Amino acid sequence: MLSIKNLQAKIGDNQILNGINLEVKPGEVHAIMGPNGSGKSTLASVLAGREEFEVTAGEAIYNDKDLLAFSPEDRAREGVFLAFQYPVEIPGVSTINFMKTAVNQIRKYRGQETLDAVSFLGVMKEKMKLVEIDQSLLNRSLNEGFSGGEKKRNEIFQMAMLEPKLSILDETDSGLDIDALKVVATGVNKLRNSNNATIVVTHYQRLLEYIVPDFVHVLYKGKIVKSGGKELALELEAKGYDWIKDEVAVA
Amino acid sequence: MNTVTTSKSFTDIVSSFQPLTFKEAIESRKKAIEILERKGLPGTKHEEYRFTPLTRALDNVFTWKHSIVSSGLGSVEPFLIPALDANVIVLINGQYAPELSTVISPGHEVKIKSLNEAFQSEQELITNYFDKLVNTETDAFAALNASFWQSGVFIHVPANTLVQKPVLILHLNDARQEQVIAHTRLLTILESGSRLSIIEKFNTTGEHAAFHTFSEEIVVAENAGLEYCKIQNDAGKTFQVANTNIHQADSSRVDTFTLTLNGQIIRNNFSITIAGENCESHFNGLYMVNGNTLADNHTVVDHQKPNSFSNEMYKGVLDGNSKAVFNGKIFVRPQAQKTNAFQSNRNIALSPSAAINTKPQLEIWADDVKCSHGCTIGQLDEEAVFYLQSRGIDKETAQGMMLYAFTAETLKTISNEALKAYVDSLISERLHKNF
Repeated sequence: MLSIKNLQAKIGDNQILNGINLEVKPGEVHAIMGPNGSGKSTLASVLAGREEFEVTAGEAIYNDKDLLAFSPEDRAREGVFLAFQYPVEIPGVSTINFMKTAVNQIRKYRGQETLDAVSFLGVMKEKMKLVEIDQSLLNRSLNEGFSGGEKKRNEIFQMAMLEPKLSILDETDSGLDIDALKVVATGVNKLRNSNNATIVVTHYQRLLEYIVPDFVHVLYKGKIVKSGGKELALELEAKGYDWIKDEVAVA
Repeated sequence: MNTVTTSKSFTDIVSSFQPLTFKEAIESRKKAIEILERKGLPGTKHEEYRFTPLTRALDNVFTWKHSIVSSGLGSVEPFLIPALDANVIVLINGQYAPELSTVISPGHEVKIKSLNEAFQSEQELITNYFDKLVNTETDAFAALNASFWQSGVFIHVPANTLVQKPVLILHLNDARQEQVIAHTRLLTILESGSRLSIIEKFNTTGEHAAFHTFSEEIVVAENAGLEYCKIQNDAGKTFQVANTNIHQADSSRVDTFTLTLNGQIIRNNFSITIAGENCESHFNGLYMVNGNTLADNHTVVDHQKPNSFSNEMYKGVLDGNSKAVFNGKIFVRPQAQKTNAFQSNRNIALSPSAAINTKPQLEIWADDVKCSHGCTIGQLDEEAVFYLQSRGIDKETAQGMMLYAFTAETLKTISNEALKAYVDSLISERLHKNF
């Protein structure tokens, strides 16, 4: 589904990604872990098309297409979804109107008929149940005055609405208490199937207790320095990141 | 070519007019001409016109021969507001056009007539209220208007009367044949406990330039309520100076909305005197301009008595080479204790060649007051645009959604649904809204 080869990227003069290689197949969950500043969020941003980052080398092939050549909106239309670490507050734009516009632009791109208000509300109600979000929240301005948990739940709601093939969760656990974390993780798990894939970017192992990964990759200084199964996350939790840094230094 | 800045030409131009025969009008005109001859029109060295080279533009564009063109505008239908059930008063090139006007409110609710007629039939009201609020000393264009006006509108609402239907005043400039210079005068009186909604709409048709000055006095007595809306959507070659003066007495309420979308140079002098206690006033404005339009809003909120509340919110969206000027004066006089006065002016520049000059000016002499002001000039929040794009929304739509949300807040002072829908449609059109 996604094949990243030797991906390098910088922001300004600051080189952040130094040759990432990653293969993601349908049905898989990959966790990207690593200490602060290792380039985890940059990887997520580059895949989603954030313009501040300049790709200097390498490629990301998504379902046989050059992902990096697409505009951010076309990536979303092709089925890539980024759950933001810091979802943006937009006063005056309600989540419902925003989602209706998004869903219909995506449907148009895919040659599907747009949804009228009634059908849209029907779909929305179904997805709301899935992620346990209240409609009163969705009537309000997008994320404005939302708690950390509400914002993240809204991200997962949007993910449910857009039914992406590849979801990238950027530090979705940050700022969440354990109850909110469980709700968000349950939502993500319900959306998993054999045709879609998830990349979970996280600093801590905590989230991975609820969203169990098939693969864990450790990112350090803009490279994947270690890959393994879910037990690698537990090892990192127990030993911290220093031993990885030492291994890299020795090598 | 005559130039408007030489003093002699003013008297020459006025002497070519059909003389006004009413005592108050003659006196007002005499005073105004005297001021004009003494001061001339303001250049860009004048503090209040620093960023608005109106006089120079007038000098360059207008031949200044003052003929009143009789218009062949058969129907005003294209200029009406869809679905708005209102009294319609039409002025063409500054002249009251009774044959195109329709008053639907019953006579006991509101009296609407030409100002010239009111000078004869409403002498007491004219004596009490005419020319009391227009400050010809401080603004030369107000003096120009006072010197040159030939026609206007008079509106009177008796005490404790709710005027059910709004009054839509259409200011139409017909510049299809030649340049238009029009000067209009309005006097509106809301007696105690009455309520009225006024909509002033400005449109120019034709390719020639138009210069329009407009002076109005609106008296809002005790417990009365005024809703006021101004829509300036003129053709590209219109120059306008709109002087709006509102006077509030005890426990009155005023809600205003000023929308500027088009024109060459549009200058609004918007002045509110809060001369009563327990007043509530909301002044909103929105300018969305592009091309070479200059939109200049000079506002004055003068708190003269204690315990009143005012909130002023002007917002701007500028594209192309457009310019905006905002100058917001708030005065809180020594006796106006417990005043709450707020002001904000927020601007978004969409193009690097758009320019904004914004200046809040608070003068507070009372010590027990709550006042605040803030002005911002910025670009669209790129992170927010990216967020919307990352959900599959194209960039133009994402920006449109952001701008639409930005402007929506200013529409809160409009209560009439048809009017709100119309204003919304103008904004949507400007934003190419497809969401």
